[in-house]
Amino acid sequence: MLRRRIIPCLDVAGDIVVKGTRFQDLQVMGDPAELAARYEEQGADEVVLLDITASAEGRAPRPEVVERVARRLGIPLTVGGGLGSLAVIGQVLGAGADKVSLNTPALQQPELITAAAQRFGSQAVVVAVDVRRVDDDWAVFARGGSEPTAWRLAPWLKKVESLGAGEILLTSIDRDGTGGGYDLEALRSAAATVGLPITASGGGAFAEQIAAALAVPGVTGALIAGILHSGRTTVADLKCELHAMGVSVRAAG
Amino acid sequence: MIAIADLGIGNLSSVRWALERLGAQVEVTSSPAALRGAQAIVLPGVGHFEAAAQRLSQGDLGATLRERAQSVPLFGICLGMQLLFERSEEGGEGLGLLPGTVRRMAPRGLPLPHTGWNSVEVEPNAGFLTASGSGEAYFVHSYAVEPAQRAHVAARTEYGERFVSAVRSGHVAGVQFHPERSGAYGRRMLASFLEEVAVCSKSSRPSTSWKGASSA
Repeated sequence: MLRRRIIPCLDVAGDIVVKGTRFQDLQVMGDPAELAARYEEQGADEVVLLDITASAEGRAPRPEVVERVARRLGIPLTVGGGLGSLAVIGQVLGAGADKVSLNTPALQQPELITAAAQRFGSQAVVVAVDVRRVDDDWAVFARGGSEPTAWRLAPWLKKVESLGAGEILLTSIDRDGTGGGYDLEALRSAAATVGLPITASGGGAFAEQIAAALAVPGVTGALIAGILHSGRTTVADLKCELHAMGVSVRAAG
Repeated sequence: MIAIADLGIGNLSSVRWALERLGAQVEVTSSPAALRGAQAIVLPGVGHFEAAAQRLSQGDLGATLRERAQSVPLFGICLGMQLLFERSEEGGEGLGLLPGTVRRMAPRGLPLPHTGWNSVEVEPNAGFLTASGSGEAYFVHSYAVEPAQRAHVAARTEYGERFVSAVRSGHVAGVQFHPERSGAYGRRMLASFLEEVAVCSKSSRPSTSWKGASSA
């Protein structure tokens, strides 16, 4: 039976893990390799490393940082941030990432999804989609949620699936950092639209909220960040609570 | 030395590092000479079957792997396991070391690719695969192998259907999941593999004790 995945996300600025609000007031949370290894030990099923300043600084995530994290990890690693060409995608995968996460570059040049899937396989291509609730629909945003696009959620997901993406990372900008729970309606809409595995992101702070997201058919993973870095909880504690709620999670070790 | 056969596609670093963390001496190579000098060969792989099949048919790589599989352990991972078979619906011819084909999965409405952690139920008498025990491993694939011989099935996994997640025949073994990214269970499996390699490297006639070997 397929287990539900708990995926810690490390937001990095270059080579340090940070936490901020809308990319402002960045607080240093620690070393990415140390944190990733700690979360694996706690029972994390994958780790996402997102370089949140790469795009703005016109660079890709630093290969030496990716390699330092990947060397330590015995679980899958996804890397995102500023991956605007096949060459830099290849560089990040070559440094030891198992998957890349494409967001703004996918919106700017959707053909990059197809090129990456053909070269590295669909399983290596995650498309990250940031949405905001607009009336009865969800609008897709680029550049870390700061730039609206003409896309709505369902048509964009269909497009992304047809272009060869292997996974969707769906983040609710409205919920991100609020701890108010995932946008379950957006997740339901996404899962009804595509047959790809979907990871929920934005707003998850308690086991009940994670369980609610993972109860949506097609949602196979939940991304968590701040609550782990602050030490408020651990992956092990969350999984223990989730298991007690009847969610199928993997035991560490 | 353990050779990781480089088909020029996909990321081989995670497999290399996982083996190195267990103390193995590893070389990533596509050179027939290096492959001939190795105690064992790991054939990893992600991506398209057809692209990998083309690499195998160019130059000596495919022929060298077929030849070495007669005398040293050959361990295929993910696409590398699929390449052990004759052909795939994804297009292209494999190494044909094991009879059977590769087909697209039909997991009854569940998402594809099959992505995430799932149970591996090992069969008895499949060498290092059995020694690792049943456990949970990380999968990411849309195609699954269909061995022509039931005796070659070393493990099964459930995902909307029951599919073959590991195979074994003599020196040739393969797993559909990624032991290099499967935490403690994966480490245990790779350590069992290295132990089998160490035992076999002392033998001029490596083990044929597995159930499928005598009839193959």
